[in-house]
Amino acid sequence: MSEPQDRIENKSRRSFVGAAAVAGASAGVAALAPGLKLIEVAGAAPRAPGEPASSAVRWGMLIDTTKCASGCDACVKACATENGINETVKDPRQGSQWIRKIDLKDPKTGQEYSLPMLCQHCEHPPCVDVCPTGASMKRADGIVLVDRHICIGCRYCMMACPYKARSLVHMPLTEQNPLVPRGQGCVEACTFCVQRVDRGQQPACVEACPEKAMLFGNLNDPNSEIAQRVAKEKTTQVRADLKLNLGVRYQGI
Amino acid sequence: MQSALTQRLRIPNFYWLAAIGAIISAAGTLAAFYMEHHGHQVTGMNNQVFWGLPHVFAIFLIVGASGVLNVASIGTVFGKKVYKPRGPLSGLLAITMLAAGLFVIMLDLGRADRLIVAMTHVNWTSVFGWNMVLYPVFFGLVGLYVWLLLDRKMYAYSKAAGTAAFIWRLVMTTGTGSIFGFVVARQAYNSAIIAPMFIIMSFAWGLAMFLIFQAAMYKWEGSQLDEEIRQRLNKLLGTFVAAVAYFVVVYHLTNLYYAKQTAFETFILVSGGIYPQLFWGGFVVVGTILPLLFVFVPALRSMASSSVLASIFTILGGLAFLYVFIIGGQAYPLEMFPGMEVKSSFFDGVVDPYVPSLPEFLLSIGGFGLFFLLSLIVVQILPFMPQDDMAQLRASGALHD
Repeated sequence: MSEPQDRIENKSRRSFVGAAAVAGASAGVAALAPGLKLIEVAGAAPRAPGEPASSAVRWGMLIDTTKCASGCDACVKACATENGINETVKDPRQGSQWIRKIDLKDPKTGQEYSLPMLCQHCEHPPCVDVCPTGASMKRADGIVLVDRHICIGCRYCMMACPYKARSLVHMPLTEQNPLVPRGQGCVEACTFCVQRVDRGQQPACVEACPEKAMLFGNLNDPNSEIAQRVAKEKTTQVRADLKLNLGVRYQGI
Repeated sequence: MQSALTQRLRIPNFYWLAAIGAIISAAGTLAAFYMEHHGHQVTGMNNQVFWGLPHVFAIFLIVGASGVLNVASIGTVFGKKVYKPRGPLSGLLAITMLAAGLFVIMLDLGRADRLIVAMTHVNWTSVFGWNMVLYPVFFGLVGLYVWLLLDRKMYAYSKAAGTAAFIWRLVMTTGTGSIFGFVVARQAYNSAIIAPMFIIMSFAWGLAMFLIFQAAMYKWEGSQLDEEIRQRLNKLLGTFVAAVAYFVVVYHLTNLYYAKQTAFETFILVSGGIYPQLFWGGFVVVGTILPLLFVFVPALRSMASSSVLASIFTILGGLAFLYVFIIGGQAYPLEMFPGMEVKSSFFDGVVDPYVPSLPEFLLSIGGFGLFFLLSLIVVQILPFMPQDDMAQLRASGALHD
């Protein structure tokens, strides 16, 4: 994996890089400027419009909790900006949280941890099993999504999710991001910023993390950094007892 | 062969009674429109307790709908003659209760306008998805069954339809129980005992609803249910209530002993505020002990109102149980990191302080209003009043068989 785009702060430059990445999809490598090359950001080429997601890819995320600072919520803010989660809520319990920071403390040792919690993009997602209409679905590349057109808002997926990763939109919405449709009465969750991933970019939270505690990539590609680290280093799946084979892995807990 | 003995009822003050049912149903409908317009922010529900009071009432009605058919099944499938004249009424109430339950649960959807989507996009791995078959077939089978019971020429076929409906309702309530039984994520659920527990609960709650409606019909007719039949139905209710208590004890023991959900059980039975209060006060005292007293203590059971009182207590206990089971089960935080102290901006590790709002309450009560209204209209225009041929029942010994 090359120097990731999350180091590039300039927004217009980022757009240019994304466009260049699309242009260079067939080659897999794009020349951006003298001396700078973009190799496919997350281990797979951007998808052309109309091209189906490939099961050869399994998108995943590795979160190093030893780098994640309590009180830092850069990932949460980036997610809200990227996905247009900007509604005013009277009761915070009714607001959508696609990603949230959780602080943990081991009462026996006093050890403290901080980590972002988001949809774990399970290989065997309980939300998909229980969804009566099939609105909850898993893409071939492992990203778990909600089809807003056929979600009836029954919340059974919320009941089934072991991670409290899903939210019901409790109020009318305005000023949405056109690439991220949301709707009152439908359930939603982290999409791994699918609109970015399909362009060859990284999820907004990964890009925004100042400590580079979040690593995104293709778990199926043995050459990807995430696959290599997951293979070599000790990682944890939350509620591993459920054997859901999560797309999100944690280090340091 | 003769059909089930029933006759048409002339209900005094029918229009007043219908108006009361209509107003309660309309209030529920308007509440649902209000929720639909403003979103679920006008409810007490949130992203931790997302199934609130309407689910408690809806599931009570849906589970009870299956159980109220028991009276017909005992007559048709098991051949008990005392129950036969009550078969059509039992079938009717099964249909109206299910309709009322679905009314509540559908109007509580985030997108209630997508009913057609729910019916045309079915995911077969979902227990909710199965309901798209379970409920319509139940309506169809029970409707057919009631027709066969009432039509003199077709009565011979009623046993086949009644048996099919009996089996189907067991399947249906197994499905309702499995909605919770298959939820692996939560401490309160994920237990194979929940499906059979819901079946026995359906027996008790359905019979309780039946006894109250039947008592009202006798009152409207100005007649009196034979005391021996009344006591027999009472005893059946008492048996069901005791069986429910047994299953609930086993359910909690399973959690404590087998699954080691001790922290959750402590919350729900001891320290969880409203939930242990409703469990012990509502389910155990009001919903179990009081009905048993009114059924089995001679001085109490001889009171003319003992059936209705026992039934009311059973229903209140059932609602209390479901409140604890459904809402308490969600209010207790998910255990993602066992042994850790957890906090977050999304209230991880915190018990949710759910309080139902007025629109939720109106929608919930609207279900009972609709059940009453539909049942009232049908028994006014069609012959559903049970007619017991006491002389024949006594002569044949069928009163106690």
